[in-house]
Amino acid sequence: METNSGRRLVVVGNGMVGQHFVEALRERDVDRHWQVTVFGEEPRRAYDRVALSSYFDGASPQSLDLVASGCYDGHGYRLHLDEAVIAIDRAARTVTTSRGRAVGYDELVLATGSAPFIPPVPGADLPGCFVYRTLDDMDAIRAAAQRATARVGLVVGGGLLGLEAARALRLLGLAVHVVEMAPRLMPLQVDEGGGALLRRLVEELGVTVHLGTFAAAVTEAAPDQAAPRLVTLGDGTELPVDLVVFAAGVRPRDQLARDAGLAVGARGGVVVDAGCRTADAAVHAIGECACIDGTVYGLVAPGYAMGSVLADRLAGGNAEFRAADTATKLKLLGVDVASFGDALATTDGALEVTVNDPVAGSYAKLVVSDDATTLLGGVLVGDASRYAALRALVGRPLPGDPLAMLAPRGDGGVPGGALPADAMVCSCHAVTREAIDTAIAGSGLTTVAEIKGCTKAGTGCGSCVPMLSTLLTESGVTVNKALCEHFDCSRAELFDLVRVQQIRTFSELVGRYGRGRGCDVCKPVVASVLASLGNGHILDGEQAALQDTNDAFLANIQRNGTYSVVPRIPGGEITPEKLIAIGTVARDFDLYTKITGGQRIDLLGARLEQLPAIWRRLVDAGFESGHAYGKALRTVKSCVGSTWCRYGVQDSLGLAIALELRYRGIRSPHKIKAGVSGCARECAEARGKDIGVIATENGWNLYVGGNGGFRPRHADLLLTDVDTETLIRTIDRFIVFYVRTADRLQRTSSWVESLSTGPGGEQADGLDYLRSVLVDDALGIAAELDAAIERHVGAYEDEWAAVLDDPVRLRRFVSFVNAPDTPDPSISFVTERGQPRPVLLGLPSAAVPAPAVPASGVPAAVPAR
Amino acid sequence: MTTWTTVCRYDDLLPERGAAALVGDLQLALFRCHDGQLFAIGNQDPFTGAWVLARGIVGSRAQRRTVASPLHKQVFDLRTGECLDAEGVTVPVYEVRSREGMVEVNVT
Ligand code: SRM
Ligand SMILES: Cc1cc2nc3c(=O)[nH]c(=O)nc-3n(C[C@H](O)[C@H](O)[C@H](O)COP(=O)(O)OP(=O)(O)OC[C@H]3O[C@@H](n4cnc5c(N)ncnc54)[C@H](O)[C@@H]3O)c2cc1C
Ligand code: SF4
Ligand code: FES
Repeated sequence: METNSGRRLVVVGNGMVGQHFVEALRERDVDRHWQVTVFGEEPRRAYDRVALSSYFDGASPQSLDLVASGCYDGHGYRLHLDEAVIAIDRAARTVTTSRGRAVGYDELVLATGSAPFIPPVPGADLPGCFVYRTLDDMDAIRAAAQRATARVGLVVGGGLLGLEAARALRLLGLAVHVVEMAPRLMPLQVDEGGGALLRRLVEELGVTVHLGTFAAAVTEAAPDQAAPRLVTLGDGTELPVDLVVFAAGVRPRDQLARDAGLAVGARGGVVVDAGCRTADAAVHAIGECACIDGTVYGLVAPGYAMGSVLADRLAGGNAEFRAADTATKLKLLGVDVASFGDALATTDGALEVTVNDPVAGSYAKLVVSDDATTLLGGVLVGDASRYAALRALVGRPLPGDPLAMLAPRGDGGVPGGALPADAMVCSCHAVTREAIDTAIAGSGLTTVAEIKGCTKAGTGCGSCVPMLSTLLTESGVTVNKALCEHFDCSRAELFDLVRVQQIRTFSELVGRYGRGRGCDVCKPVVASVLASLGNGHILDGEQAALQDTNDAFLANIQRNGTYSVVPRIPGGEITPEKLIAIGTVARDFDLYTKITGGQRIDLLGARLEQLPAIWRRLVDAGFESGHAYGKALRTVKSCVGSTWCRYGVQDSLGLAIALELRYRGIRSPHKIKAGVSGCARECAEARGKDIGVIATENGWNLYVGGNGGFRPRHADLLLTDVDTETLIRTIDRFIVFYVRTADRLQRTSSWVESLSTGPGGEQADGLDYLRSVLVDDALGIAAELDAAIERHVGAYEDEWAAVLDDPVRLRRFVSFVNAPDTPDPSISFVTERGQPRPVLLGLPSAAVPAPAVPASGVPAAVPAR
Repeated sequence: MTTWTTVCRYDDLLPERGAAALVGDLQLALFRCHDGQLFAIGNQDPFTGAWVLARGIVGSRAQRRTVASPLHKQVFDLRTGECLDAEGVTVPVYEVRSREGMVEVNVT
């Protein structure tokens, strides 16, 4: 039970800074002197607003959650969500909330953040107009983008926030216009030179930039127009759009304070002293709503600093806020942009040193003192790899010639060794180099994750993370390669152990070389290693328990718990009969059908218990199911090649089919994709694949390490003009060498890149090395690699058909163990564009942080046998 | 009150994997661990709403027995139902036992 002995502290706002403050106070408040009540207007507890845009890269609301475990466990610390404070009565020392509650306080903290600024544009309140501040805003924008018909969005504001919003709209598949009043993008952070390059890079990514003008009006378009809305710019240009996002800056949320008669700054913000206190000694303000020393900060690091200062004050200390570092580094639309210190060279006599490399697409400027000895600030566009190191040197003597420090590409620029002990490595959490070195040495840290856990460095904006790994490497510790808590070795080491010791089961492996009972990280790795070394069907014996959840059912799970089936169509070649067969299967099982990006046909919405019957029909029609899941060969994409195409110089299709049939079923660290084009026009996009083959007059060119996806990379040319036999032998060896030595979930692209770094970190030519191993057999393992592929080809069986033939394996394909044919009642579909689409499932109430199990009589599992 | 419902044969459960069971309207996820221990939790993944936890990977984290959701791999403690990757998220847990080769659950 709570006592009333503590002093009552009310915090208004559960955003980034409010939460940081509560945690900082809780750390100091060991004897629970405070009774803390936090009100948050949003329905969610504090989340990482800085990383908000990662929501569009697939981050979930859970992964953005910021609240430390146990923070509000009831011992005097309480959080009320979806409840705003609407008034403060300073005389009575109470606040009133939107739920009509009145709560008394001894101390009050305002951490209300800021609100998006919407310029007074007629029509800014129409449907289809959004701001960019909360997770709810993100959901609304996503929903609007899904309904968009013209597929065009417009962002008002070309600053940091505007470019983030532009990126989000691109990710949502919209064409994007950005309108900025200033003559350059990011006017507050970068100078003219940087702005010009930024504009070019941003436009190359398909964003149209309108500078020096503004959005004058938003109007509803006539019903017959392609787009529902029209934006008129200051220069008269009319742009038809689906939606508009206002990202033209923010204003401090200081209304509560104004209403309570507290002073606000000239441009808003609750006026506070260096201890974050207002003129009323019982009221404090921190974060974006505060005006401290005449400045309102729009960044999280100064807010965190204020939170720490206030926590210290309330715990009896006398910490003071000092003017904060407003350095920023961002990846905007894939372009690195960083500015730090006096970026716009406003200091008297400041000198600028600029390196502009339009070809490489990078611009860098350092601002130094008039005697060129002290670093004052800088701007980096395109390549910001030196940011962490340079920022930490602001205000200090330059360790070298400024030009040399900006020289293009090196390996991350300034080595950690150049940093003085008190240099601020992580400005989000105010962690110095010394603190990090001490933590590494003192606590024997071996991973960046451990440094984060121990010092909090790297857990804010993340831009200091590269520096953390530099410091870790330079400290001389052996960097930890452990797969997970169950195994201390890497995937490659595990592979060798299993191969050399001839281990056949997970139990034996974990018993001899690991601990515990495995997890979703190591079990699939061991399953893949065992499969590569030939251990029979993946569902046999103990192996069944190791398979990743898709492999366990030989199909790819969908968001509603159904599965997709993607029949293998080698090289994309298919007969009319087989096309019809796929159509009838889809029709008979009522599956959603789509042509994939990999020259196959995806059948979606199959219930678990339907899978065997679907496979049976496919097998009868001459198909096998294919891997659209699993770390294995996916497809070998092909063009029609010399058989039909008037430009083709080799039979690309024939080769693609041969390759797909040769490597299907192989298990690897990540998925493998291949492509074969019949001539240099490259219609099969082979250079975007792990293995790419392009026909030449004289034979084939082989490319390796290509990738689409999250980090696109063109494959590198490994061999030129080789005959088919040499080609296939080299691909064989490439695949096995990759399977044996790459890390878990490492695509060939980053594996090939990793070969360019020697054991001591020195630069090497990775392709030369690969050639020496695969072609010249420098390691003397070629025969072994060849034998591994022969074994694979010889032992290949259709895994799906093999399930149908075995009643024991079939037993797991049921909806319920006690009602094998009863369909899961939660699965249902509606019709959209003539096909089934899953009805979205509701979330259980337990998903909101509240105990789902009754406190009394918690049923415990009873051991059996 | 304790009412035991018989669900299936013990041997219907595969070692270190789960199976879904239907008791009335209730979907359960039953697990048989490597040493024969049984666990039963609710089958719904609280993060996505899909009824799929029975299809997750069974394992351990420190001393706890766990299952990882097949959708986004959040890990749940099989004994308490607690999510170990997101504070405050819990799935229901149920009593389960094996008697004379049959698996019984108590969902009251
Ligand atoms: C179906 C398809 C989209 C479509 O409708 O066209 C698709 C669907 C999925 N992709 Fe893809 N990708 C599809 C082509 C691609 C392509 C284009 C290609 O292959 O030519 C790419 C970029 C090329 C590449 O991989 O380098 C692609 C890049 C990805 C990635 C990012 C990989 C990366 O390294 O960054 C993932 C995530 C992953 O694998 O970890 C992914 C993952 C997925 C998964 C498996 C996600 C999942 O686990 O649920 C989706 C499975 C859907 C299903 O159940 O059927 N998909 N995906 C395409 C299937 C092609 C096929 O027949 O096999
Ligand atoms: C898309 C985006 C990207 C960003 N990127 C960066 C970046 O890269 N680097 C950086 O340093 N900063 C960045 N920022 C800014 C950063 O998020 C803010 O500086 C930080 O969140 C400020 O924290 P805060 O707690 O002051 O405000 P907030 O995080 O906004 O929290 C304030 C909270 O108080 C609530 N509230 C307001 N009034 C009341 C009331 N009366 N009662 C109850 N609750 C109330 C609000 O709903 C809100 O949840 C970004 C912001 C956005 C939107
Ligand atoms: S890559 Fe060349 S051969 Fe193949 S379809 Fe294109 S133009 Fe024709
Ligand atoms: S500087 Fe932002 S996390 Fe370290």
